[in-house]
Formats: sequence, C-alpha cells, structure tokens
Amino acid sequence: MWKWLHSYADPQKAYKLSGTLLPWFATLAFLFIGVGSIWGLLFAPVDYQQGDSYRIIFIHVPAASMSMSAYMAMATSAFIGLVWQIKSADWAAAAIAPIGAVVTFIALITGAAWGKPMWGTWWVWDARLTSELVLLFLYLGVISLYASFEDKVLAARAAGILAIVGVINIPIIKYSVEWWNSLHQPATIKITEKSSMAPEMLYPLLINILGFGLMIGAITLIRFRAEILARNGMRPWVRELAKAEGVK
Amino acid sequence: MNARRKKRLALATALIGGVAAIASLLLYALNSNLNLFYTPTEIVHGKKDTGVKPEIGQRIRVGGMVTVGSLVRDPDSLHVEFAVHDAAGGEVMVTYDDLLPDLFREGQGIVAQGVLIEGGKLEATEVLAKHDENYMPPEVAEAMGQTHEKLDYDSSQKSGY
Repeated sequence: MWKWLHSYADPQKAYKLSGTLLPWFATLAFLFIGVGSIWGLLFAPVDYQQGDSYRIIFIHVPAASMSMSAYMAMATSAFIGLVWQIKSADWAAAAIAPIGAVVTFIALITGAAWGKPMWGTWWVWDARLTSELVLLFLYLGVISLYASFEDKVLAARAAGILAIVGVINIPIIKYSVEWWNSLHQPATIKITEKSSMAPEMLYPLLINILGFGLMIGAITLIRFRAEILARNGMRPWVRELAKAEGVK
Repeated sequence: MNARRKKRLALATALIGGVAAIASLLLYALNSNLNLFYTPTEIVHGKKDTGVKPEIGQRIRVGGMVTVGSLVRDPDSLHVEFAVHDAAGGEVMVTYDDLLPDLFREGQGIVAQGVLIEGGKLEATEVLAKHDENYMPPEVAEAMGQTHEKLDYDSSQKSGY
C-alpha cells in the first residue's frame, strides 16, 4: 500500500492526479455551497432570539471550522515533507497556507459583524477570539517564511517547522470555550450528543461546512498544480506540457 | 524506514511533544488569568482554587445570568440596575448608565465590565450580551417555554421624557 502511495510523490503523477480530482472538488463545492447558502439564507427559519441576524452562522461556522481543518492539513503535509523529505508534500503545505489565512480572516470578520449587534462589541480579548487571531498570525508566518527564502527546500523546512509548532494552537481554539469563561458561546454542533440547533437550521449549516471543505480542497488543488509547475520549470515533462499548451 | 528518516521522525515528534508540554504548563500557570470574567460566586466567596476575591475599586468583568424580575429602570434616564447570578448561587448587583445590547433580557447571560464599589456592587461601563449555543425557530422556543421577548419599554421611555 505504501509503495502505491509513494508513486504519487512524483511531481508529474501528483500533477496529473490533482488535475483529475479538481473538477470533482470544484463541482461538488459549488453544488454544496449553493444549496447550503440558499437554504440557510432564504429558507431556514428565523432564530427565536436573534431573528435574522443569526444567518451569518452559515458563513461564520464553516469558515471557522475549516480554518482549523486547513491548518491540520497544512501541518500534516509539512510533517510528511519534513520527515520523509517528500517535496510534493512541502508544496501542498505551501499551497494550503494562503487559503487557510483567508478562511481564518473570513471567520474573524463575520464573527465581528455578528458580535456588534448581538454582544454589543466588535471584539473582546477572550480566549476563543484571541486564539483564532493567533491562528491567522501563524498562517501569515508560514506564508512569509516560505516566501522569504530563495532556496525553496530550505524555505519549506523553515515554514514546515513553524506550521508543526503551531498545531498546539488548534486544541486551544477548540476547547477555549470550555476551559475558560469566555464571551463566545460553546459549540452548537456536537458529535457525541444531540446538537443544540433545530434540524432545519442544522442541515444547511452542515452542507455548507462540507461545501467549504470541498472549496478549500479545490483551491488547494489549483494552487498545488501551479506550485508543482513553478518548482519543476526546468523538467522535460513540464516543458513538453508547455509546448502542448502552446506556450512560447 | 531508513535511519535518517527515523531520526527526523523522532526529532519532529520530540518537537511537537516539547511544544505541547510547554504550552500546557503555560496555560496551567495562566489558567485563572485567561478567564474573561469572574462569576458572581467568585466575587462573593473568592476564586475556587486560590480564594482570591476582587477588591473594592478594582476593574473587573462579571459574567452570569440576569436574575428574572431584578431589572429596575430609572424612568428619567438610561440608568438601570439588575442582579446577575450563577448556578452556584452567588448574586451581584450591577448598575449601568448606557444602552443595553439587543440580546439583553432577564434570564439571559451577560458579561459586564466595570468597577467594584461598596457593598459588592458593580458599576458597569460596558454590558455585553452573552449568547448561548442554542438555535431554534420561535415556534419551537415557545413550545419549550423559553422566554424570548425583548425588553418592554413603555411609551414614556421610548419618547425619551
């Protein structure tokens, strides 16, 4: 099984595989986000206390949960790249970082926009909000470390170590609302017990979370392919590909 | 796995383990300082682990539920007074002179920031509504007997006189 997996460490094969996967991810992402958002924003019932303002949850929660998932994906790739010295894994980590940063930013902004009318403030320095902000800075650190070395093998090692060290922030974000008193409410969606949300609100939310995951996957694939081409510009297979595409 | 990879795997795992250990010690040491607010019980009886009580004149945040029936509104100004309690039985009076947030209701969770004054009262400069994790349509809430009415203002309060 490992032998089979190993063959995809080869840049050319990885490029081809991600090209095959891309349309699936992209189509499903459009479908899920479309259905989830329209259902959530137009047809889901209003909340008993917040009225229509709660609908930002259909963007905020998918963005926030995927910001953590994307970080785990990036750190896992960086770990594989660091230990097994697989360059494709390094490139995958570099491809995910900016997407994760944008999603984290979306989570912070939508949260602030909801916090103003509901809590009465844009921002408080409570544990959940602060740790999510630290996550954004971790992403920015990984991006800038990767960008600041000419030698991309060295760059990937430096950025990879930061990404792996930053993993410690993920459980802190997740459990911050349980370990400490915070203004941010605890999780609504629970895996082990019944979620504290009416099902007709929960389903579009879950669909959107899945859709955000697929969207991140699709954009990662696009960026991953670009990164492979950028790092292998001198390889014969890339030159042939360029010729076939009609690039001079 | 060859020897070099094994070494790198061990190094990377040690890195993660080390950082996790440092972070957990740090968080353990900072534990009580990472709380956004005191609960009313902690103000009355002191913190559970250290017994530290906030002093009079200290700037603190209090978080808890607004006691139903405790809200007193001054008819001539924005001044409000209400009690905040928690499940452990502590209760603290809060006074406030500004606009309350949308979600402020009796029975709802809030976080108030302000100065502790004589008699265990909090003179709040900021009151934030704390939302809980429950989301449901109004019909469901009604069926479950949840209160969800907004605060009532009589006509004299609305006109500002």
